[in-house]
Amino acid sequence: MKPSGRPKIYGLMAEFEHSRGLVEAARRAHHEGYRRMDAYSPVPIEELHDALHMHDNRLPKLVLTGGVLGGLGGYGLQYWVSTIAYPLNVGGRPPHSWPAFIPVTFELTILAAALTAVLGMLALNGLPQPFHPVFNVPRFALASRNRFFLCIEAVDPKFHIEKTRTFLESLGAREVTTVEN
Amino acid sequence: MSETPETRHTEGRRASAGGAARPPVPVIAPGHSFSTVTDKISAIVLTRSTGLGWWFGFGIAFLLVNVLLISLTYLIAEGTGIWGVNVPVGWGFAIINFVWWIGIGHAGTLISAILLLFKQSWRTSINRFAEAMTLFAVACAAIFPLIHTGRPWLAIYWLFPYPNTMDVWPQFRSPLIWDVFAVSTYATVSALFWFVGLIPDLATLRDRSESKVGRVIYGALAMGWRGSAHHWHRYETAYLLLAGLATPLVVSVHTIVSFDFAVSVVPGWHATIFPPYFVAGAIYSGFAMVLTLAIPIRKIYGLEDFITERHLNNMAKILLVTGLIVAYGYMIEAFMAWYSANTYETYMMRNRMTGPYGPFYWALILCNGVIPQFLWIKKIRTNVLLLFIISLIVNVGMWLERFVIVVTSLHRDFLPSSWGRYSPTVWDWGLYVGTIGLFLALLFLFLRFLPMISIFEMRTLVPDAKPGDGGSGGAR
Repeated sequence: MKPSGRPKIYGLMAEFEHSRGLVEAARRAHHEGYRRMDAYSPVPIEELHDALHMHDNRLPKLVLTGGVLGGLGGYGLQYWVSTIAYPLNVGGRPPHSWPAFIPVTFELTILAAALTAVLGMLALNGLPQPFHPVFNVPRFALASRNRFFLCIEAVDPKFHIEKTRTFLESLGAREVTTVEN
Repeated sequence: MSETPETRHTEGRRASAGGAARPPVPVIAPGHSFSTVTDKISAIVLTRSTGLGWWFGFGIAFLLVNVLLISLTYLIAEGTGIWGVNVPVGWGFAIINFVWWIGIGHAGTLISAILLLFKQSWRTSINRFAEAMTLFAVACAAIFPLIHTGRPWLAIYWLFPYPNTMDVWPQFRSPLIWDVFAVSTYATVSALFWFVGLIPDLATLRDRSESKVGRVIYGALAMGWRGSAHHWHRYETAYLLLAGLATPLVVSVHTIVSFDFAVSVVPGWHATIFPPYFVAGAIYSGFAMVLTLAIPIRKIYGLEDFITERHLNNMAKILLVTGLIVAYGYMIEAFMAWYSANTYETYMMRNRMTGPYGPFYWALILCNGVIPQFLWIKKIRTNVLLLFIISLIVNVGMWLERFVIVVTSLHRDFLPSSWGRYSPTVWDWGLYVGTIGLFLALLFLFLRFLPMISIFEMRTLVPDAKPGDGGSGGAR
């Protein structure tokens, strides 16, 4: 299944005992010029956003779009049903009795926005993804418990198996492991 | 302000910010680290031995589920004639139970969404099972309007707008259709919120499970979550947005439920106070149910470190506040009936207090209005047993409230010649008790197979979660 041109090594992974160590390492690695890297932690760490220079603001825009479309769709549905497809005279109210359409419009706005938030988050994160090379490192199971990992990927232009390893070791990592692809 | 070095160590930030005379009890007992939090909560799920108590509790709940199934089967075979409903009381137990259950659900969303937006870190250890409670309560609630349609197999075209061969569409000016959209949106968003919160914990269970089946199932559900910083970034954005969306949603749901009553012209229902009064009542009953569940669970599973006295105290305060809003609602109902000078409204209130269902009215005032006033006293708020008893009383009171609202208004309205009485049959009770069984059975399954406290959010409460704090570390 492996494409023939795929390198054997995914990257180098350094393990840290504290979140401080990880944040500091990510900062230094970025400063050093590494760009293709990712940090792994058992909790969200706000400081990593700056350290890794993450600027992905697509999700809120997607959610806004989803909500607006849900609202317009909900109102449009009720308008079409009540005035065009199946006009009913209820207590002499006009077919397009907009105040009565607000609750459903509101609910569908929320529904579409919430679905967009969850599906959008998963899609942008590339999940579900049953396999990822980082799972090849046995100690990586601790990333969901109490350890912190920084992985510099082999596709980074600055990546050099020896130099990068020395660099990661100099950051106070507990252990540096090669991540098999 | 005097404080010992020890209290300053654990409580420093909050004590100095609040300037409180006495140091508050922490939201997590001191001495916990990433690993102890993770191990303690995941061990409850990953243990291979299932306690006898669990089997006993689940067994009883499962028996009641069978009562539900039998009642539903007989109902569908025979029709709603097996219930006590008739002219003039056409709503009966089905609607009472629907409103009761859906109200209970509201506390879960309040804890998970609104308290998150207000940065109430104490919510962390109770939000997971409160959300589960929401889902199961909504599932129980949804059964009732569906079977109340009489022919639920036709309900799909009565309720949902979809192109059908008859070219018939729902009537969007009806609060009952609003209800369909409100409740189904609420169920969907609650499930999404719950599942998103579970993803990192499912990854923890995948990594810690020793059985192959566990690894495969938790692994599939975790969808390959690996705690990447890029993922966390979008995850937190999504979680916050969901909280922001769920907040107006939860207020809208019980508002729309109250429209089922308020949009009608029936005396006692046609009132502008209904939406806020119903929302407060929903939160009130929900918090009562959270306490009813949390108190035994923390005791049985030994979670006093995570669900501390502070949680119980805070929840008791919310119970007191929402209870006061509800009591205000009762007073305004009575006041407006008198102030309106409307014959029917005045009679409705007099009949509610002194008519055939009068004792239920006074029982609800006692349960919801009088007994919760004991929560003003701190000794009672922190007395686990008394708090548990009060929470049970409020649960009963809130059920009585819906009984009184539904039945007293319907059984004597405008025309004395069409007055009547309502009493439930054994099948009404079977369905009600059966849904309690369903609720408990689902809860027992949840406690056994999923982490009942959010592990990753609990980790954020221990010192190492914030790199700037110079905590002693998560590696312990």
